Amino acid sequence: MTPLLEARGLTKRFGGVVALDDFNVDVLPNEILGLIGPNGSGKTTFFNVVIGIYGVDAGNITFDGADITGASPQAIYRAGIARTFQRSRLSLPLSIFDNIMVGNHKRLNQGLWFNLMQRKEFKRELDDNYRAARALVEVFEPRLADKMFEPVAGLPMIDRRRIEICRALINEPKLLLLDEPSAGMTHDETSELMSDILQVRDRHNKLTIILVEHEMGVIERITDRCVVLNFGRKIAEGPYREVAADRQVQEAYLGVAL
Amino acid sequence: MAGAEPKSRASVWPGIAALVLATVYAIALLAVETQQFIMGLLALAIVAVMAANWLGLLASVGRSFADRENVLGVLAILAAFTVAAFFREDHFVLLLILTVLLYTVATLGLNIQFGYAGVLNFAGASFFGIGAYTSAVLNAHTAVPHLVVLLFGGLLAALIGSLLLLPVLRTRGHYAALVTIAFALLLKTFLEVNDVLGGPQGLQVTGMRILGWSFNDNIAIGGIELSFYMSYFAVSMILLVGAFILVRRLERSWIGLNLDALRLDETAASCFGVDTARWKITAFTLGNFLIGIAGALFGMVGGFVAPNNYTFADSLILVSILLLGGIGNPWGVAVATIIVVVVPEKLQTIQEYRFLLYALLIIVVLLFRPEGLLPRQVRRYFPGWRP
Repeated sequence: MTPLLEARGLTKRFGGVVALDDFNVDVLPNEILGLIGPNGSGKTTFFNVVIGIYGVDAGNITFDGADITGASPQAIYRAGIARTFQRSRLSLPLSIFDNIMVGNHKRLNQGLWFNLMQRKEFKRELDDNYRAARALVEVFEPRLADKMFEPVAGLPMIDRRRIEICRALINEPKLLLLDEPSAGMTHDETSELMSDILQVRDRHNKLTIILVEHEMGVIERITDRCVVLNFGRKIAEGPYREVAADRQVQEAYLGVAL
Repeated sequence: MAGAEPKSRASVWPGIAALVLATVYAIALLAVETQQFIMGLLALAIVAVMAANWLGLLASVGRSFADRENVLGVLAILAAFTVAAFFREDHFVLLLILTVLLYTVATLGLNIQFGYAGVLNFAGASFFGIGAYTSAVLNAHTAVPHLVVLLFGGLLAALIGSLLLLPVLRTRGHYAALVTIAFALLLKTFLEVNDVLGGPQGLQVTGMRILGWSFNDNIAIGGIELSFYMSYFAVSMILLVGAFILVRRLERSWIGLNLDALRLDETAASCFGVDTARWKITAFTLGNFLIGIAGALFGMVGGFVAPNNYTFADSLILVSILLLGGIGNPWGVAVATIIVVVVPEKLQTIQEYRFLLYALLIIVVLLFRPEGLLPRQVRRYFPGWRP
């Protein structure tokens, strides 16, 4: 099977620190790939490189058959990759609907004339997108669907995560990057959120997910395969059980036995 | 930004009541000359607004305006015409009203830049001045129709503003603001040493003339004598209404959403495809265009431009209007402009101390009502839209 995302020899340095060191990974279509490793091992850097926030010092990334190395975040979004952030990065004063619509950018008519003058057509586009956004929110939490025009600032963490994931999913990306979705939530909340994500994935089955997570229970439960990073290098790859039994991985997390 | 709203559309009456009261109050304040009376009226307004706020009346007025904006907007125009008609022979009061209208247009431009795109422009008065100088030069040396001159004023302000685009796009937040301050100082110096543009003495601006009808002659219809400022008032109103609708539609569109997204988190916005440079350029240019048009008309109204009329201090006044009114809310901008322009003019005793007053006012607002007098509401793409 040809991989959806293919990274070859990725290297990213920050001054003397090598955040990614000759990193190779294949992400297969429709799989959920767990990306794990101790703090500072390069997981978030990998996301930022894929999404185009950081350039790379060496190596290349192919997505869906096209080389996206060095492309702008905007171009990569249009190619079909969406992400969530480790620290929730919603626009807090904006409503739920507005936040989700930010993620729908490529489907919205951005013309100045359309937006300012063709208000009837705009209204039609608005109504269509409102229905789509509401339907997506209902999958995660029907209660939120009645609060579409309330500011996100007043919502608890789990709801903000849900909206962040809705924002990433609204334009039906091919690849979703989830950066520690459990951060700041209780065990039960995390488990609930994961069930919602799996539910959405079942609905449109063309979604591939890369999940960065410290909560090993989550990794074990939902990933098909794991890649373990340490100091920017891949030290293990395979199903969670195999990877967790790997001696190098245990040493990376627990330190070397004397 | 406010929270949940009831399902049904709000009544139009609280808004009408507020407009009627505001009209009567504005006429009274503008008509009264005695300083004690003026102070009494101002104190009355403060007490009345606070009481109304406490009783929850302001909230219902707010809901009324949010849901019935189109009707109330038309009535607000009527209210403005009523006030102007009341003072139809009074040059001084009409000039004051015109100043309010055109400063509102300029601050609406600033609102697009700072309120939506988050680009703080401390050179507002400079772009206003560019518009006024455009009128002075074009009216004196060319036969360009004067309404078109207004357009040129806006275009020139937008064009000169585009010189700042590169440094503004390459810097963020406070640093971009510093770029605009530098520009304001440079422009003033340039105008002062440039003899072609009149140097420090400035230039005279010929009054507006449309199809042979001079705006600088008083108007006599039947037996009624009207101040020549009445025709300027009509043009300014058209300009203000146009600018208001433009700003409103911009906010209530995907473009307004893009601008909010990039202001609040540029990196996150980029990750969802928002072309941050494109929208910053659009907002900055559109804002300067509005400021330039307002300046061009203001130049014709005043009949005179000089570098000293458009200083950094005037730019600060424009910014403080925006902070006072409620960043992002055009109604707030209109109310704040009335306060900032009219109060010092009527209260002659504080004329000398007006900057002190502005400073105090801004500090009080930032302390007790940091989102401004009329905070921006959550975006409803159409007035009263409840899907």
